[in-house]
Amino acid sequence: MNRVIIFFWLVLILFLQVFVLSNINFLGYLNPYIYIVFVFLYPLNKNRFLFLSLTFLYGLSVDFFSDTGGIHAFSLLFIGYLRLLFIKIFFKKTDIDYLLFSLRDQPFGQVFNYVVTLTLIHHFILISLANFSFSNLGSVLLNTLYSSIFTLILYFLGSYIFRKKQMN
Amino acid sequence: MQQLIYFFQKYRYFLFFLLLELIALTLIINNHSYHKSKFVSSANSITGGFYNKVSSLTDYFQLSKENKALIEENIRLINKIEQLTQSIDTTFETTIIDTTLYQQKYSYINGRIVNNKYAHVNNFLTINLGSKDSISKEMAVINGKGIIGITEDVSTNYTRVQSILNKESKINARLKNSSYFGTLSWNGKDYNVVQLFDIPRQAVLKEGDTLITGGMSAIFPEGIPIGSVYNIEDGVNSVSKVINIKLFNDMTNLKNIYVVKNFHKTEIRKVEAREDE
Repeated sequence: MNRVIIFFWLVLILFLQVFVLSNINFLGYLNPYIYIVFVFLYPLNKNRFLFLSLTFLYGLSVDFFSDTGGIHAFSLLFIGYLRLLFIKIFFKKTDIDYLLFSLRDQPFGQVFNYVVTLTLIHHFILISLANFSFSNLGSVLLNTLYSSIFTLILYFLGSYIFRKKQMN
Repeated sequence: MQQLIYFFQKYRYFLFFLLLELIALTLIINNHSYHKSKFVSSANSITGGFYNKVSSLTDYFQLSKENKALIEENIRLINKIEQLTQSIDTTFETTIIDTTLYQQKYSYINGRIVNNKYAHVNNFLTINLGSKDSISKEMAVINGKGIIGITEDVSTNYTRVQSILNKESKINARLKNSSYFGTLSWNGKDYNVVQLFDIPRQAVLKEGDTLITGGMSAIFPEGIPIGSVYNIEDGVNSVSKVINIKLFNDMTNLKNIYVVKNFHKTEIRKVEAREDE
């Protein structure tokens, strides 16, 4: 039952991304990439084969809709692989804590650092690959910064709203 | 041998990660080459079908604008017919149509855009025509205001179109008031402005000059409007002069399109291939 709900959410977020958020084009080119919450919310596990395959497939499904080859798959998989490293750095958690770990129970400061780092890495790789040349690095960096701010605002708003609901 | 197994065991996640990244990279590079058939593309039946559903929903919001554009185009066409009938009337006695030589060169198929991207560096559109409407690779996509792109990846019901707002796109264009021609491409910055390169030094250009398709390629018919000269940036020498062209089309607001089929394409290609030998 739980799996069905998670699957339903994943499809919903995917559709939200490709049909609504990817068409915002704020100021002409800025879009939030909220589908990366997949990496934040997927439960931690010692065996990572399933998780890595799922990040790849999830990114690829965004690529299918946005005609971008494999750039979303590449960048989502990248932060999916780096996730455990940053959990070790920011939350000081090891293999034993994975089972009970949830971003909801962690102090906001640490969660903020963790989410911002992964978002910036993801957006930088994504936008560099979309650009596919070194010629306008300046605009890539600016675009990364602005899109990240856009994504983060949406992410924290969303997580705030759904946290409230859980408490009631 | 044991060490090898140990190595694989220790780095199994990293190796798996590398393998998947390699696949993703292959798909990205594949996506950048025009001549390879695409696996990841919005022209397949699942994504195309979803886009078609969403587009049929959002179409209602654009109806009045589309109507206006169609009326404008109608008026222009009526005017053209009027001009043509007049010119036929005056030269009626000297015109003889040779039925054995007379052949229609282009035919137009009308369709609708179901997905439009313009904010990336390499942009693609998806249209609701496919091989069942006898669409094939390398056909021109235009609308009443100007050019839009070239068909690239065709499935049964949908086609992916390489937009002129794509770094790989290269289109032959010429000035309306003279026969000097150049190559049209895009630098990936402003989606209203494309660039014209390779225009000869002796060509006289000024801001506001109209640019049309040159008819030198077997894809676009001659004389489809493109845009007007916006400004001229001086390069290091006069050959590398960059001419910015402001498009007539608003690429962010497109719906109804025509795909142009050139009946002579294979024949032209065959003749050109013969010259190379």
